[in-house]
Amino acid sequence: MLPDHHKSVQGQLEQPESIQEKLYADTWYSYVKYLLVGILFGIILVKSEVISWFRIQEMFRLQAFHMYGVIGSAVVVGIVSVWLIKKFNIKTMDGQPIKIAPKTFNKGQIFGGLIFGFGWAITGACPGPLFAQIGTGATVVIVTLLSAILGTWVYGYFKGKLPH
Amino acid sequence: MLEFLKQPWPWYIAGPLIGLTVPALLILGNKPLGVSSSLRHICASCIPSGIQFFKYDWRKEKWNLFFVLGIFLGGVISVQFLSAPGPVSVNPKLVKELAGYGITDYSNMVPQDIINWHSLWTLKGFFLMVVGGFLVGFGTRYAGGCTSGHAIMGLSNLQFPSLIATTCFMIGGFIMANLILPYILLL
Repeated sequence: MLPDHHKSVQGQLEQPESIQEKLYADTWYSYVKYLLVGILFGIILVKSEVISWFRIQEMFRLQAFHMYGVIGSAVVVGIVSVWLIKKFNIKTMDGQPIKIAPKTFNKGQIFGGLIFGFGWAITGACPGPLFAQIGTGATVVIVTLLSAILGTWVYGYFKGKLPH
Repeated sequence: MLEFLKQPWPWYIAGPLIGLTVPALLILGNKPLGVSSSLRHICASCIPSGIQFFKYDWRKEKWNLFFVLGIFLGGVISVQFLSAPGPVSVNPKLVKELAGYGITDYSNMVPQDIINWHSLWTLKGFFLMVVGGFLVGFGTRYAGGCTSGHAIMGLSNLQFPSLIATTCFMIGGFIMANLILPYILLL
C-alpha cells in the first residue's frame, strides 16, 4: 500500500503542465524551499517547547493546557487554510491545482495509533521532535531515531501479516 | 525583538504558526505536511532489503528529507541563537512526581538525568530510548502518519481516519504516561 499522496505525486508528473517541475526536479536548489520551511518548523517546535519531554508528560497527565493549545490552534488554522485554498481554488507557485489525497480508514490507525501513543509518552517525541531534539544537542536521541527507523523497517517487513 | 524571540513562545503564537505550515507546503509544491514518512524514505533509500513496502521511487519524495533536515537545523539554530537561559517551567505537581524518580534537571528538552549516553546501557535507558524509539517508528507507519501527518494535516483536511488515529495517539499516551511509564522510571 503506497501512501495516497505518493500516487498523486506520480500522477502529477505525467501531466504536461508539470514539465517545468520536471526540469527543476533534480536540482538541489529546488529543494531549498522545503529546507527553509523545515528550519522554521523546527524553530517553532523548539521555542514552543512541544519537543520537551517534560511538556509531553504534563500533557498526558492533564496538568497544563499548553500542548492542547498548540495542537488545537494549529488544527484550527490548518482547517481554515485548507478551506480557503479549496474555496478560492488557490494554486501552487507553479500554477498547478492543489490536491490533497484523502486518507482511507484501516485498523492500522487504531493499533498503530495506540503503539505510537506509547512511544510518544516514553520518548517525549514524535518523529519531527526527534530531529529537532538532536539539533538542540541531545545527541543520544540519535539512538532513538535509529530505533524509530528500525521500527519502520520492521513494520514494512511484517506489514502483510498485521491486521489492517 | 530578539529578546522576545528568545523567550518560550506561548501556544497562541506557536500553534497558528505550525498550522500555517500546512498551506505553506501545499502552495510551495503540493506537499502534504508529514514527518514520519521520512523514516520510510530513509528505509527505502538505505535498507530496502527487497521488501515490497520499500519498493517505490523514494527520490520523488526527496523534499521530505530536506524538510526533516531543516527541522534538525531549526533545533541547532534555536539553541545557538534563540535560546533563553532557564529551565522548562512545568506544573509543580509534575516536578514533585518526577523528583521521586530522581529527575531534577530541567535545563534541556530531554531529561538529562535519565536520557543520556551513560543510561543508554541500563535497562531504564534501553526502554526510554531503544524501545520508545522503536514504538514511535513502528506505530506511526502502522497508523499511516504521526502528529503532523494525521493530527495536523489530516484534521486540517477534515479526514475522519485522522481523527481516529489522533484519538488513539492520545489514548496510548495516557495509558503509557500514567500506568506504565512510572514503572519504567523506577527501574
